[in-house]
Amino acid sequence: MEEQDKILEEVTSGEYKFGFVSDFEMDTIPKGLNEDVIRIISEKKGEPDFMLQFRLDAFRKWQKMKMPDWAYLKMAPIDFQEIIYYAAPKTKPQYESLDEVDPELLETFNKLGIPLEEQKMLAGVAVDAVIDSVSVKTTFKETLAEKGIIFCSFSEAVKEHPDLVQKYLGMSVPVTDNFFAALNSAVFSDGSFCYIPKGVRCPMELSTYFRINAAGTGQFERTLIIADDDSYVSYLEGCTAPMRDENQLHAAVVEIIALERAEVKYSTVQNWYPGDKNGKGGVYNFVTKRGVCRGESSKISWTQVETGSAITWKYPSCILLGDNSVGEFNSVAVTNNHQQADTGTKMIHIGKNTKSTIVSKGISAGKSDNAYRGLVKVMPGATNARNFSQCDSLLLGSTCGAHTFPYIEVGNKTAVVEHEATTSKIGEDQIFYCNQRGISTEDAIGMIVNGYAKEVLNKLPMEFAVEAQKLLQISLEGSVG
Amino acid sequence: MTQTVVNKIAVSEKYTSLFQVNRELLDEGSSPLLNRMRDVAIKRFEKVGVPGFKNEDYKYTNLERVFDKEYRPVFQYEKVDVDLNEVFRCDVPQLNTFTVLLINGWFYARNQQLSGLPDGVVAGSLAQLANERPELVQDYLNRQAGLSDDPLVALNTAFAKDGFFLYVPDHVVIEKPIQVINLMRSEDAVFATQRNLIIIGKNSQAKVIFCDHTLSACDFLVNNVTEVFVGRDAVVDVYTIQSQSNNANTVNSSFFKQAENSNLLTGTATLHGGLIRNNLKVSMDGEHAEAKVLGMSFTDKRQHVDNFTNIEHNKAHCLSNQLYKNVLDEDSVGAFTGRIHVARDAQKTNAFQRNNNVLLTDSAKMNTKPQLIIDADDVKCSHGATVGQIDEEALFYLRARGINEPDARLMLMNAFAHEVIQEIRVEPLRDRIDELVDKRLRGELARCHSCDRS
Repeated sequence: MEEQDKILEEVTSGEYKFGFVSDFEMDTIPKGLNEDVIRIISEKKGEPDFMLQFRLDAFRKWQKMKMPDWAYLKMAPIDFQEIIYYAAPKTKPQYESLDEVDPELLETFNKLGIPLEEQKMLAGVAVDAVIDSVSVKTTFKETLAEKGIIFCSFSEAVKEHPDLVQKYLGMSVPVTDNFFAALNSAVFSDGSFCYIPKGVRCPMELSTYFRINAAGTGQFERTLIIADDDSYVSYLEGCTAPMRDENQLHAAVVEIIALERAEVKYSTVQNWYPGDKNGKGGVYNFVTKRGVCRGESSKISWTQVETGSAITWKYPSCILLGDNSVGEFNSVAVTNNHQQADTGTKMIHIGKNTKSTIVSKGISAGKSDNAYRGLVKVMPGATNARNFSQCDSLLLGSTCGAHTFPYIEVGNKTAVVEHEATTSKIGEDQIFYCNQRGISTEDAIGMIVNGYAKEVLNKLPMEFAVEAQKLLQISLEGSVG
Repeated sequence: MTQTVVNKIAVSEKYTSLFQVNRELLDEGSSPLLNRMRDVAIKRFEKVGVPGFKNEDYKYTNLERVFDKEYRPVFQYEKVDVDLNEVFRCDVPQLNTFTVLLINGWFYARNQQLSGLPDGVVAGSLAQLANERPELVQDYLNRQAGLSDDPLVALNTAFAKDGFFLYVPDHVVIEKPIQVINLMRSEDAVFATQRNLIIIGKNSQAKVIFCDHTLSACDFLVNNVTEVFVGRDAVVDVYTIQSQSNNANTVNSSFFKQAENSNLLTGTATLHGGLIRNNLKVSMDGEHAEAKVLGMSFTDKRQHVDNFTNIEHNKAHCLSNQLYKNVLDEDSVGAFTGRIHVARDAQKTNAFQRNNNVLLTDSAKMNTKPQLIIDADDVKCSHGATVGQIDEEALFYLRARGINEPDARLMLMNAFAHEVIQEIRVEPLRDRIDELVDKRLRGELARCHSCDRS
């Protein structure tokens, strides 16, 4: 038993490996938030008037809102006037080839291990990299343009496709949706925009890489994905941040709109800096993600691997509006040391014959708290709605916590909704079984954890699955594996 | 859904001013044990007020509208013009019990003597016994309810004057169940507050059955609190059967505190009622304690039943099991919130919870919110919740054997409910509830048999 404790101790004390700071000049504005700041952000980005009005409207509404306190989280109050709301690499890149890219920046990407160059060809991934809220590089634009796919930074989309932006912005996450969505709507600096035209199957994985770099900044990016009739896209998102003593705020909004028979697959590997072993520093990851299945037979699936952030507070959701639409949510959330996670999903069944599946795997270690919170709501008109939810928690060590808060609201007699949740630790018998077969205790723990998360990891696109497995090892296994 | 806008502050102020105006009346004749808690309690109530849907714990049950109506508070015992012993007779065959009647939250003055109780057992009116035997009451009264932050529990503490009191000393076994019948009877709308206290000593055994009934159909608002202390090695059963009129609004808060090796079984059967909210908290404060918590409800019309449970595993090696089933018909609304909280170091805990619901119409609505809060690692905890309909395959199986559809459905529904009923440890009561449920499902039973005489 003692030996096992020791191994667990080692396992759970792995350090953050992406904590470097890149040294390039930043263009920042003074900290604090007021209407002028919003006007400056909008002006710096050369936005049309409708965007400015959108921002100001959001800001005025945000001022009337209060920070929510219902989550199962312990955190100090955030001073929103202490945050810098805009930070961009000064040499705003307008590169044609990678040779022109700021070497610092390239170095950053190399450290991150994003294959931004020719490796891309092999990996077959188009990347939009966002550093400190500004999109610096979008690869493979031309290949995509041939198919009519628009994949660019959000500010570019505002300039070049204002009609699309105006039509769909705020459709699935309205300005007043919640405190952080309103804040994001007011101050978001950049993000990715993606439009898949009718009948097009996106030939490659689209990907965004987010990184917070400057100190004292908040990152507020906005992603908007529109899948027109009969289209398909798989979208990946990854994030890292340097190690800093203070808590940095990341309040992003992701909106997905799936029209008739469209399918969107959104995968996240979130690895923001989780703070040090004593819980100092780390990113507050308060993200609003929501997809609307507007069209008939449309499908949105969320897959997430959450290993980073001091506090994760997000609920990627699906509104199943179209008949026969499908929503999926697969999540692995790992918390270690003093990390806290309150994550889950919402599935709102509105259309007939709608289906949703929720698989959530929580792994807690150290002194962390890991909570699943989800809502399954079946509206009276949602005939034959079907939901299955499964939430499992695995506890490593006696000082961590695992919590489950599902909400199920059913207003239709033909609906079938099932929910089950279990909490357990790695059984001594499981470890004994492995030991007996010559597998060391540390390998056994690694195997069991990976096997436990496999169901979700399998849903990730290939390249990400490998990365996610590595992340699980870094976050939990340390010496194991 | 038509929802009248209710001024939240005005509703709460109505009850605080009711308290201020009747301050002297509340203290009159009451033991100082009860009186000394009132001022603190009303302040706690004031802080939160009557819970509306914005209160997370009352998300699915908005009480503001119910509390907004006009009621006449019952702060004094009111004489009853008929002999309740005659009017009301619970006719459960073979169920031989010690019967105690309460009327509008007060211990009925003409209750028959409980003869044959074992030596040392004290049963009767809380108001009377708090005055006469304060030594029995003082160490227990409000020791659990006082820890709750529920505003309605505080409101009860502020207004409570009477209720049922039971004290069972150590090493005493009461074979015969004690049946406490809570009657509501009035010509006008009434607000009643009842406070029950049950203390079971070490290695003792007792069974208590609460029956909530209404004898007239006017609006009632009942705010009950029951505290139960289960001693070491004690075995305790507490059953509640609710069969009230559609105009009755009841908030029932029960608190159970379990010592080492104790065994508790508590069940709530809601057969009929207007708006019913059952709060139930079990604190497992000793190792190797066991608790089984059961509940079922059958609702139709615009009835509303909300069960809220909180099982606190504070010590290691405890076992808890929850099973709640609801059948919802017509426009009724059901809610279930079940929380399992395993405290740090409460290792080797086993805690299970299941909630199954059947919706019979599209206008019925079920909200369920199971929760696990777990701070220890060596535990086995699970919860499951389902909302659905009767299994079509099972239905087909029965129909293929020549059973017509209504009968087949009835059989399956009975079987659905029977899973809860079979856990009842008092046999005549088990048979009786089986029969009541069967009648309820056939739609034959408006209320419990003899209760429709009034």
